[in-house]
Amino acid sequence: MGKDNRVLDNLTNAEYKYGFESKIETDSAPKGLNEDIIRLISSKKNEPGWLLEWRLKAYNHWLTLDEPQWGNINYPPIDYQDIIYYAAPKQQKKLNSLNEVDPELLETFNKLGISLDEQKRLSGVSTVAVDAIMDSVSVKTTFTETLAESGIIFCSFSEAVQDHPDLIKKYLGSVVPITDNYFAALNASVFSDGSFCYIPKGVRCPMELSTYFRINTAGTGQFERTLIVADEGSYVSYLEGCTAPQRDENQLHAAVVEIYVEKNAEVKYSTVQNWYPGDKNGKGGIYNFVTKRGLCKGDFSKLSWTQVETGSAITWKYPSCILKGDYSIGEFYSVAITNNMQQADTGSKMIHIGKNTRSRIVSKGVSAGKSQNSYRGLVKVLPRADNVRNFSQCDSLLMGDQCGAHTFPYIEISNNTALVEHEATTSKIGEDQIFYCNQRGISTEDAIALIVNGYAKEVLNKLPMEFAVEAQKLLALTLEGSVG
Amino acid sequence: MLKINNLHVSIDDKPILNGINLTVNKGEVHAIMGPNGSGKSTLASILAGKEEYTITKGTVTFEDKDLLALNPEDRAREGIFLAFQYPVEIPGVTSTNFLRTALNQIRQYKGVGQLDAVQFLKLMKEKMRLVEIDQSLISRPLNEGFSGGEKKKNEIFQMAMLEPKLAILDETDSGLDIDALKVVANGVNKLKSKENATIVITHYQRLLDYIIPDFVHVLYNGQIVMSGDKNLAYELEQKGYDWIKEDVAAQEKTS
Repeated sequence: MGKDNRVLDNLTNAEYKYGFESKIETDSAPKGLNEDIIRLISSKKNEPGWLLEWRLKAYNHWLTLDEPQWGNINYPPIDYQDIIYYAAPKQQKKLNSLNEVDPELLETFNKLGISLDEQKRLSGVSTVAVDAIMDSVSVKTTFTETLAESGIIFCSFSEAVQDHPDLIKKYLGSVVPITDNYFAALNASVFSDGSFCYIPKGVRCPMELSTYFRINTAGTGQFERTLIVADEGSYVSYLEGCTAPQRDENQLHAAVVEIYVEKNAEVKYSTVQNWYPGDKNGKGGIYNFVTKRGLCKGDFSKLSWTQVETGSAITWKYPSCILKGDYSIGEFYSVAITNNMQQADTGSKMIHIGKNTRSRIVSKGVSAGKSQNSYRGLVKVLPRADNVRNFSQCDSLLMGDQCGAHTFPYIEISNNTALVEHEATTSKIGEDQIFYCNQRGISTEDAIALIVNGYAKEVLNKLPMEFAVEAQKLLALTLEGSVG
Repeated sequence: MLKINNLHVSIDDKPILNGINLTVNKGEVHAIMGPNGSGKSTLASILAGKEEYTITKGTVTFEDKDLLALNPEDRAREGIFLAFQYPVEIPGVTSTNFLRTALNQIRQYKGVGQLDAVQFLKLMKEKMRLVEIDQSLISRPLNEGFSGGEKKKNEIFQMAMLEPKLAILDETDSGLDIDALKVVANGVNKLKSKENATIVITHYQRLLDYIIPDFVHVLYNGQIVMSGDKNLAYELEQKGYDWIKEDVAAQEKTS
């Protein structure tokens, strides 16, 4: 009892900074899911026939599936007929310049700290090309022309379907097939937009690429799809950010990210996930059911996932690497923080198919309040994969005595030359540590931020510079008010 | 500087301190000695603001402020420093980062500007030389994997950085070999000035060979039962604490 419990009693919600809602006229489809809705989405997007077929096939497969129940998460059944599957801010069809974007939209992204004004960004030290997605559609992609000079394609998924149908047809579903899982099948049926990126042979992308997801309209689900193709010998660093308004209802976000990495290519994918987590009693918040997977297709290819998960009422996501090319490398670095009533079931899968493939998993969970935080990971070594190396480290940090931390590591080895290591630790932020900081003049909240940042350092160090600073602040903000 | 007046403290209704009176002035070094369980460390914790104790009676003022009304971080910012008997480890946080956060929060509280990275590093170098601490200790995560001696040296280094008005050393000598003890004592002596004061809490006289106290107090059963100058420490060393215990028992009988 004593301080420890008082500390917990003071576990109040940190203010969610991005909880505002923008008053933007939207064009929405009626609630519910059926073939007509899918046809409507497809026709709004002016899609070719094969894509509609693909969607319908996915939908019909989805109908045969049951929602997965194996996650260490609890939520009332989702009524899939009570969701709006398409909502788009109303604006002119084709934008020629930034001036034509609805000012309210620009304001929304400004408030979120995302500049869609290329001039502004150019004056800064570094540049990031952004694809801004509001509800179901991409609002604006910046630096498209600059990137095109090096042959890089970076645009919204809808544009890619129109302008680069061959690439889309070749790679869509090649890493996450429509039959993959319940939410991936759902996404394939109704996805409305997302980002597409293609880095040609031998090109090192000169700037960070980023997609920013924003859910705005009430009652909508967001189902976007990101497809990244890194051709031979190329390199790209990709960032993803997300926020949503504060609402009492739960909103579903079921995205798919597919990454295709060719020989000698490298992709670094970083996420700072800050969806609305719900209030401190667990009311509202985003259900984040996401499938992220990369295929290291070519020899010596490399894929690195870095994620900082602070938001969502429920997180269900396992960014994975299929290491098919010989000597390919997969990495997963994760910090997942849950506070109040949040639930996270997250981790990674490393599938070793090629010879001499290597993988590394570093997962750092932080649980506070009454939250539940689970690591779930799979390391699989196939029979012909000789000399595989894997190292997994799963650490849990607990604050208070009402939260939970769980680890579910699965290891399946079919080749006896594999060397697989798993380390796990569980620790608690001690009152002693906090008091020690206090005694040196550091406030309790700063002490927690200091301790958590120290704990998560190995992962934060993997983030691109400007993201790392943002992430550190976010960690502090998420745990704000979690001690008295 | 510090005035403790008739301080009574208990934990879970069990009395630990039973009426402590102590005045510490600028420029003074006080040693508090006593057998195990006499309440020495409790006194240190109370002054630093640890919350598991209940103060049932008495007052403590520091620089004319009601110390007991301040939270631990504000006490530190007012100039109270506790060198811990068991310094904690904070993985992943370097001493540099930790001290910079601490120093800047103290400076902010005092209304003086924060130090930038260059100024801070310069100050650190200066203080490292002063207390003879190795660079390698500073760049490692705070106290993580440090030996007992390294932890205590690091406490003294922190003290040098934060420049407190009143430093309380809680059994800083425990578990130190003679070389580490000398380094620690040297640091404390170099930091001593006419403007600050030190309370040395110790079980043994040994440390007091290196840090010469102006006053020695003996704590027993939650009370200061005897005070004197440094010779009292020698007397205790020779006669042992049983002498005090018998003395107190005899006094209780007669009263």
